Amino acid sequence: MPLVERTLVYASIALVGVMFVAFYRAVVGPTPADRIVAINVIGTKAVLIMTMISFAYDQKFFLDVSLVYTLISFLATLGLAKYLEKGSLG
Amino acid sequence: MRDILVLIFLCGGIFFFTVGAIGLIRLPDVFTRIHATTKCDTLGAGLILVGLVIHEGFTAPSLKVVMVLLFLWLTNPAASHLLARAVYRSGEVPVETIDLIIQRPGGGAEHG
Repeated sequence: MPLVERTLVYASIALVGVMFVAFYRAVVGPTPADRIVAINVIGTKAVLIMTMISFAYDQKFFLDVSLVYTLISFLATLGLAKYLEKGSLG
Repeated sequence: MRDILVLIFLCGGIFFFTVGAIGLIRLPDVFTRIHATTKCDTLGAGLILVGLVIHEGFTAPSLKVVMVLLFLWLTNPAASHLLARAVYRSGEVPVETIDLIIQRPGGGAEHG
């Protein structure tokens, strides 16, 4: 495996470690907003991991998955913020 | 030469993601946590995806990566702004303001 691809795999492993740090905040976060922030961070990191894995193993259809996952993560954060503000989703 | 540039961009992205996660753990308040993670995540994602675009060159997958990058840069600050506004309107008070008011020696609550 060439140098950049191997570094992409190592960077993905490092991002999974950072993701566990954010997962700690999502588990023990005192308020619901803390958990929403942590889930947003985890979603962004998941998009980056998918993109890097698609380049490391030359599976370019993962890029479509990461594009759709960005959209879904944004909509989830939007809905949760509206629920936090108004108390309902109506 | 191009590989070295890509590696520098990747290490910068990982660094900023790590700084954002440390801010998410260490800072005392919801607002400060949003403040730390949003900017660090946006910059780190930008650095990593620009590094991937440099590595790939001008192809169709690189165009998809640019689309992911533009979408992240549009949605990540908007989502954090909406979240911070929702937290603020649901009655949460930022912790720094309370500390400033309490530590004022004369007892006055004017802003410093």
